[in-house]
Amino acid sequence: MSYQVDNQGYYGEFGGAFIPEMLHANIDQLAKQYKILINDDGFQKEFKSLLKDYVGRPTPLYLAKRLSTKIGARVYLKREDLNHTGAHKINNTIGQILLAQRLGKKRIIAETGAGQHGVATATVCALMGVECIVYMGKVDIARQAPNVARMRMLGAEVRPALSGSQTLKDATNEAIRDWINNPAKTHYIIGSVVGPHPYPDMVARFQSVISEEIQWQLKEHVGRSHPDYVVACVGGGSNAAGAFYHYLDNEDVQLVAVEAAGKGIDSGASAATSVLGSKGIIHGSRTLLMQTKDGQIIEPYSISAGLDYPGIGPQHAHLIATGRAQVFSATDEEALEAAMELSRIEGIIPALETAHALAILDRIKVKEDDVIVVNLSGRGDKDLATYIDYLDNNQGEHISDE
Amino acid sequence: MNRIIDLFYKKKKNILNVYFTAGHPKLHDTAEIISSLEQSGVDLVEIGMPYSDPLADGTTIQNSSQIALKNGMNLLLLMDQITSARKVTQLPIILMGYYNQVMQFGEERFLNTAKDAGVDGMIIPDLPMDVYEEQFQSLFNKYGLTISFLVTPETSDARIRQADKLSTAFLYVVSKSSITGSSGDISDKQKAYFNHLNTLDLHTPRLIGFGIHDKHTFETACQYAHGAIIGSAFIRALEGEGTLEDKTVGFISKIR
Repeated sequence: MSYQVDNQGYYGEFGGAFIPEMLHANIDQLAKQYKILINDDGFQKEFKSLLKDYVGRPTPLYLAKRLSTKIGARVYLKREDLNHTGAHKINNTIGQILLAQRLGKKRIIAETGAGQHGVATATVCALMGVECIVYMGKVDIARQAPNVARMRMLGAEVRPALSGSQTLKDATNEAIRDWINNPAKTHYIIGSVVGPHPYPDMVARFQSVISEEIQWQLKEHVGRSHPDYVVACVGGGSNAAGAFYHYLDNEDVQLVAVEAAGKGIDSGASAATSVLGSKGIIHGSRTLLMQTKDGQIIEPYSISAGLDYPGIGPQHAHLIATGRAQVFSATDEEALEAAMELSRIEGIIPALETAHALAILDRIKVKEDDVIVVNLSGRGDKDLATYIDYLDNNQGEHISDE
Repeated sequence: MNRIIDLFYKKKKNILNVYFTAGHPKLHDTAEIISSLEQSGVDLVEIGMPYSDPLADGTTIQNSSQIALKNGMNLLLLMDQITSARKVTQLPIILMGYYNQVMQFGEERFLNTAKDAGVDGMIIPDLPMDVYEEQFQSLFNKYGLTISFLVTPETSDARIRQADKLSTAFLYVVSKSSITGSSGDISDKQKAYFNHLNTLDLHTPRLIGFGIHDKHTFETACQYAHGAIIGSAFIRALEGEGTLEDKTVGFISKIR
């Protein structure tokens, strides 16, 4: 069984490029050239040098002692939160901006939900001196003001997506429409392992540096390069794709994907795509998505804007369908509790997205000498307003329990 | 005989295809819009199946789709409406929509139901040609429904030939690299592209769409192809005051 993309752009029955003809020339150019370009020595040298000197890689792999005691196994945190701009997102935007330069594209567009990918894109565009336009749902612009300000400070234009529900899926639609209108000079930097082939594979390759580092770091820590579990949160799934990448074919490693249950799987306000979704097409990819019986896409819900996506990357759909990856889901409340706990016992304030992955650790049936790697995909600064609300509403409990 | 094939057999130029979104402005307007279009003398009607995420469409069709969905439009209801309309019209009818809703309805069930309702052909812009050829071409043949693929200024000659080979009614010539609903005149660059298509010796008739919005752009397009498609401009006309019939006849009489 292969878990990598095949020559036609599919992972099993998922993937492909279900796009209108207007996008075909651009997607075809990318599909034909991306592997050649990114495997080129010069590209790799520049990519690695920027990841080291600009992004700050390698990120540490840290044995979280107090969390380990609580879980009853050795829990390592892969500190993607310590990357420049505060999350794993920049691994992909560095790769794609280098690719865009080699394709001769002078104008960059991107979509963003919470603003993390938008900031990571605006950052690399500032670095390279190219025009940057970020589409963001009008609703998200209102609730993510600090990231909107960051993007503007970095020189990007933030364009409100006014269509549909005015959130991430609509920002993605608007970015795609922009690309249809501006095919020649524009490259679209998608922020996750979603969209038409070759995006899911390309983004996974750029994020694969995460598991590449985990391999040698774990070897130093525990004497073997593979853990028993790799745990990551999944919206579209780029941080999970990067953390799983080098372990896909090692069946000794249990891959664990954690989705956002929102207010509960059956509450009608959830983003647990693998449970609530069915096969269909979203943003040019055949995958699992949340939709009505008529095939209209449903607006998902999660407290975390980064997991608030109605689809899932096609590779993840394949990993789940084949049983290679195990899926859990965590509610808003569980994620908030996990964020508070990690902050208090390890001194690390995680992003709300990441907190979903932390929230299910005690549901894994572990043995004492098991090694669990949790991909700590982002830091929590952007979520402070949500965390402060939570603290204010749960003050009594949190002061008294220490 | 399939009504679209028949149309292109009998008529070689100035073919007018008009698009509207099913369920817009009101849920049950479909039959009346079709009969008004027929009365106005259009050759072909293209009915949009409203979708939540229409990637290739501009704001006019996006908004009409959202209104239609809010009104309660769905494929089964649309098929019923077309069945009723078909009792009194011989106008060729095309369904246009995104692949996901066809997939959820079930591809064969969709074609079968559409055929029974009196539909003649399909346009599914995000259905890749190779997927169509491998999985659905024989079903389209079985139910006697046509399909039209899109070509754009970015489409390579080899791919234009593939679209020409697979399209069974007409080739949908996207006039420029854009989403639907653009305004302005047809540029020399666009004319050069239309001329280029005319040198390729294609066997499928061609209709030009995207940005065709008035008499002038329609007539210009017709100089370079067998006809043209008007969508967003007609939808905007339907949104005005007056009866559907008056608005439709009024709009079309200004086109030709």
